[in-house]
Amino acid sequence: MKVTLKIWRQSGNDKKGQFVEYKLDNVKKEMSFLEMLDVLNEQLIQKKEQPVAFEHDCREGICGTCNMVINGFPHGPQQGTTTCQLHMRHFKDGDTIWIEPFRAKAFPIIRDLVVDRAAFDRIIQAGGYVSVNTGQAQDANAIPIQKEIVSEAFDAAACIGCGACVAACPNASAMLFVSAKVSHLSMLPQGKVEAKKRAQAMVKQMDEEGFGRCSNVTACEAECPKGISVANIARLNREYLGSVFTSEVNA
Amino acid sequence: MNWFTNFLSSSIGQKIIMSLTGLFLITFLIVHLTGNLQLLIHDEGKQFNLYAKFMTTNPLIKLTSYLLYASILLHAVQGVVLWQKNKNARGNQGYAKKTNRVVGTNSFAASNMAWLGIVIFVFIGLHLYQFWLQMKLGNLPMANYDGVEVKNLYAIVTQTYSNPVYVIVYVFSMAVIGFHLLHGFQSAFQTLGLTHKKYTPLIKGVGTIYAIAVPLLFAIIPVLIYLKIFPLSSFLH
Ligand code: HEM
Ligand code: SF4
Ligand code: FES
Repeated sequence: MKVTLKIWRQSGNDKKGQFVEYKLDNVKKEMSFLEMLDVLNEQLIQKKEQPVAFEHDCREGICGTCNMVINGFPHGPQQGTTTCQLHMRHFKDGDTIWIEPFRAKAFPIIRDLVVDRAAFDRIIQAGGYVSVNTGQAQDANAIPIQKEIVSEAFDAAACIGCGACVAACPNASAMLFVSAKVSHLSMLPQGKVEAKKRAQAMVKQMDEEGFGRCSNVTACEAECPKGISVANIARLNREYLGSVFTSEVNA
Repeated sequence: MNWFTNFLSSSIGQKIIMSLTGLFLITFLIVHLTGNLQLLIHDEGKQFNLYAKFMTTNPLIKLTSYLLYASILLHAVQGVVLWQKNKNARGNQGYAKKTNRVVGTNSFAASNMAWLGIVIFVFIGLHLYQFWLQMKLGNLPMANYDGVEVKNLYAIVTQTYSNPVYVIVYVFSMAVIGFHLLHGFQSAFQTLGLTHKKYTPLIKGVGTIYAIAVPLLFAIIPVLIYLKIFPLSSFLH
């Protein structure tokens, strides 16, 4: 199949960027979206042009690095998949495909489609962990916990920290990401111990990174490749209010 | 900063302010509506004027009205502050392709809350000037009911809405409030953390009905006044 690509090219954060058009005529339906970009880059390298910079690692939907906005959708129009799990069979012969980087003040562009998501790392460093030595894996039934709660914590834990929620949000809010992390940890016995401290610390770091304020638009849930629910945002609000009004913590 | 100012200036704290003031305004609209519906009584405004006198003289209601003015201002100022912060967080470079998939809300309303709010604010200004200020300062005609002299607000209202332009402005503003609440009603509960499989469907249902029915009932009133149709009868005799 043939496709026309309009790709955002920008050589650095302080440089001006623009869309550049590329035509590819040897695309196979079985290719993943990233494989299609690999083909483009091989051609660019042969022509001694700069290849398109994009991030990727696992190519199996678990690392959360393959970030780009495809035809206006973070990770592409197919819901519940990352870019690496999107295949060219979801496009038609002759399609024009717009490819842009995630856009948010807190995610500065490094090059082309690659953005710096270190803000997420700093939010995790502020409290997205459990400060105990976990040692060896526990015996499966050593810590009794209700099945429904485990399942809900697990759903929240599915967040791969990709940042599509920020890219999709008209306010560039990171609430879905932060709420997934806070929910996942606060529902489990190991994470509960530090829940009050964590809620305030992570929200404070989120605010300092310059993400926007959540307006409950829910575009994040619609675009999240892992289907993280905005119910987690309500839980984060509860956790935060609970922490502010019932604990000694003052982040 | 102390813990409370820390809280109020946090992103979630600012949203809590929006939510609580918004919910207060939602409650107020119900009270306001029951008052306004009395305009449709076929009694030349007697019941409405007596009600208006009660609402402007009862001390408890006066106190609540100050809380209301403060809420509107706080909601509007905080709303505009959030809007600017959010625009800034998104950055100048928008997407070439725009999409707006959402889950369980009205995407037009959700992404235009500030514009809808600003229109509402302008409308509230006009509304206060037309009626509230006249009631406070204006030289209103008086009406006499069983020896009690009251300001004839009813006369001003019916006179205003004999002008079709004001009727149209009013109906349009109600539609705007409807859209604001189509997203805002349920959003306020989500902000407070009150979201749950068991009761969220109910909140969303009530919110949608409220956002349609309340503005619609408000909007019918000036239309009927314009058409000189007064279908209700008084319980005062
Ligand atoms: C009848 C009057 C009004 C009512 C009943 C009302 C109600 C609400 C409610 C319930 C919310 C949702 C709060 C939340 O998400 O937690 C909201 C949000 C909002 N309102 Fe209003 N509002 C009114 C007037 C205004 C005015 C006059 C403005 C501004 C000039 C305004 C601006 C906003 C904005 C910007 C939001 C979105 C805040 C956000 O989610 O970030 N509203 N409103
Ligand atoms: S919540 Fe979803 S969209 Fe946001 S970072 Fe996690 S996986 Fe990505
Ligand atoms: S490359 Fe790892 S999720 Fe796509």
